[in-house]
Amino acid sequence: MDKRIRVLVAKAGLDGHDRGAKIIAQSLRDAGMEVIYTGLRQTPEQIVKTALQEDVQVIGISCLSGAHMHLLPPIVQKLKESEASDIMVLLGGVIPAEDITDLKKTGVKEVFTPGTPTSRVIEFIKNNVQL
Amino acid sequence: MGDVRKKALADQYGNWEKKTHKFVSKRPERKEKFTTESNITIQRTYTPLDLEGFDYLDQLGMPGEYPYTRGVQPTMYRGRYWTMRQYAGFGTAEETNARFKYLLKQGQTGLSVAFDLPTQIGYDSDHYLAMGEIGKVGVAIDSLADMEILFDGIPLDKVSCSMTINAPAAILLAMYIAVAEKQGVSAGQISGTIQNDILKEYVARGTYIFPPKESMKLITDIFAYCSTNVPNWNTISISGYHIREAGANAVQEIAFTLANGIAYVEAAVKAGLDVDDFAPRLSFFFNAHTNFFEEVCKYRAARRLWARIMKERFGARDPKSMMLRFHTQTGGSTLTAQQPDVNIMRVAYQALSAVLGGTQSLHTNSKDEALALPNEHSVLIALRTQQVIAEEIGVADSVDPLAGSYFIEKLTNEIEEQAMEYIKKIDELGGSPKAIEEGFIQREIQDNAYKYQRSVESNEKVVIGVNKYVIDEKPPTDLQKLDPEIAQRQLQKLQGVKSNRDSQKVTACLERLKEAAKGTDNLMPYILEAVKDYATLGEICGVLRGVYGEYEQRINF
Repeated sequence: MDKRIRVLVAKAGLDGHDRGAKIIAQSLRDAGMEVIYTGLRQTPEQIVKTALQEDVQVIGISCLSGAHMHLLPPIVQKLKESEASDIMVLLGGVIPAEDITDLKKTGVKEVFTPGTPTSRVIEFIKNNVQL
Repeated sequence: MGDVRKKALADQYGNWEKKTHKFVSKRPERKEKFTTESNITIQRTYTPLDLEGFDYLDQLGMPGEYPYTRGVQPTMYRGRYWTMRQYAGFGTAEETNARFKYLLKQGQTGLSVAFDLPTQIGYDSDHYLAMGEIGKVGVAIDSLADMEILFDGIPLDKVSCSMTINAPAAILLAMYIAVAEKQGVSAGQISGTIQNDILKEYVARGTYIFPPKESMKLITDIFAYCSTNVPNWNTISISGYHIREAGANAVQEIAFTLANGIAYVEAAVKAGLDVDDFAPRLSFFFNAHTNFFEEVCKYRAARRLWARIMKERFGARDPKSMMLRFHTQTGGSTLTAQQPDVNIMRVAYQALSAVLGGTQSLHTNSKDEALALPNEHSVLIALRTQQVIAEEIGVADSVDPLAGSYFIEKLTNEIEEQAMEYIKKIDELGGSPKAIEEGFIQREIQDNAYKYQRSVESNEKVVIGVNKYVIDEKPPTDLQKLDPEIAQRQLQKLQGVKSNRDSQKVTACLERLKEAAKGTDNLMPYILEAVKDYATLGEICGVLRGVYGEYEQRINF
């Protein structure tokens, strides 16, 4: 059986803007990955639980509400506690430049900001995930 | 046009097409095919031949007369400009009150409140899900105490206020009524709008709380309550803006909006209200997106469609029931993080299309909004954009100035036809709520969003700064930042409110609300009583969550 990269796309926090998350999810699927989309209002706990359940290599978080500094570090932390730090955490949304540096320090692998083509996300995942 | 001249024109047109075909073989056009964002073909040019059977009185009418294609008032902006109403809100009530005063001082003519996500979803700032979200996308409102600060020094009998609030709209409306009362302004005197449009929350915006049936009950309660107690209030702002932002095209935007409108009218009639008792106070909210002429035609088509729906389908007799009045916001999703100054031009043209389309009220986005909430400097430019359109360039001096253009009337007709097809399809599915349950609306929106993204990434759709005329640039350094102490301050305020109020009274009215929610009583009086005793938003919504349950999202993927 063909092994595919498995990705969880999640909307974290109360933000309801899911156009980007759905487009990323569909693009990754079209690029041959297995994608699970969580829908809205996921807590860090829920996201990590689903990621482990679904045995993904990548978690892609979408957050446009400005709550990212409160949501991403707990996700990274809970993955660490579950000994799942090998799962790559990516973030997409409206993220100020200064926060990107901090987020990467806490363990977010990459942050994709407005204007990023889906091809860049696909390429990044393919280059950074080893099956 | 007489038959002889019509034949002459047809012949001439045919000759012209042949000659131009030759011309194009040497001087090709920029594209094989030109289309609007809804994939409607844009011809090389338009002539009377494109308006076969056009009847002015039937399709346009005079301004302020059925079917209102040309506008809902006879004088439109010659009498009064559209309301310049900038959506604003961040942090605590103090910060937002200051921004409101700044905008009013700079010449805006109406208020528009942005609430933070916990408020929009019925959670107090001390709820665990509110962490990190307090005051971020709008102002944090936990109780009447916050509302009092929000409107401090703002005379609610002199300025109208629109509140972008949906699931907890009844509570915010009650708070607004209570604040006005404290100012000595009666509910009969206040004017404004609550968005109160839950159907679009389920498909495009996501700040739902309760399931559809219970949400409709709250909405029709508001219609009924306001029709007698708050007559100058727009009880709903049936929205296409967010549907468009989620990825729909112009045709889908008005089709899905009017289908939702139909659902609300049906629900209200089913609840025992007479159409003419509530329909005059329905209002709408549309997007001003990229394709200039398509947007102008879209608004005109929407007005004509709604007028006919209200008259023919619902038997409305009051002309006010047939008038589609709307607010417009320039499309946020069109803004780029790259070369943000270019957004100023995008917003200017979008705003112009809304004015030429006859909007009643307008919000213009700020240039930095792909990156942050607007700072004072950029929101000033956005407001001045409207003021230039109003006061300098003359477009407000004649009603519906583009009417009669062969292109405009043909495109208006085409948008109307295609929107009507969607409305029929949704009717066949059993109406908008059923179509949402089934996932039809969501799929249409998603598919179009994906198509659009593909067209940008293939460079078919040009976005300057993103896929054309790209430059090396650093992000702006003067973006609006939220004071990190905001959350703490808000939590302290909330604590204060809870300590200083009469807890027994609050418990008693929450209990009364709970019992009423289980029955069929109009909930507005109960909610009013609760907010006046400083029951918090979270407490009131908590009661309703207990009785109504919560909406279970449908994941269409």
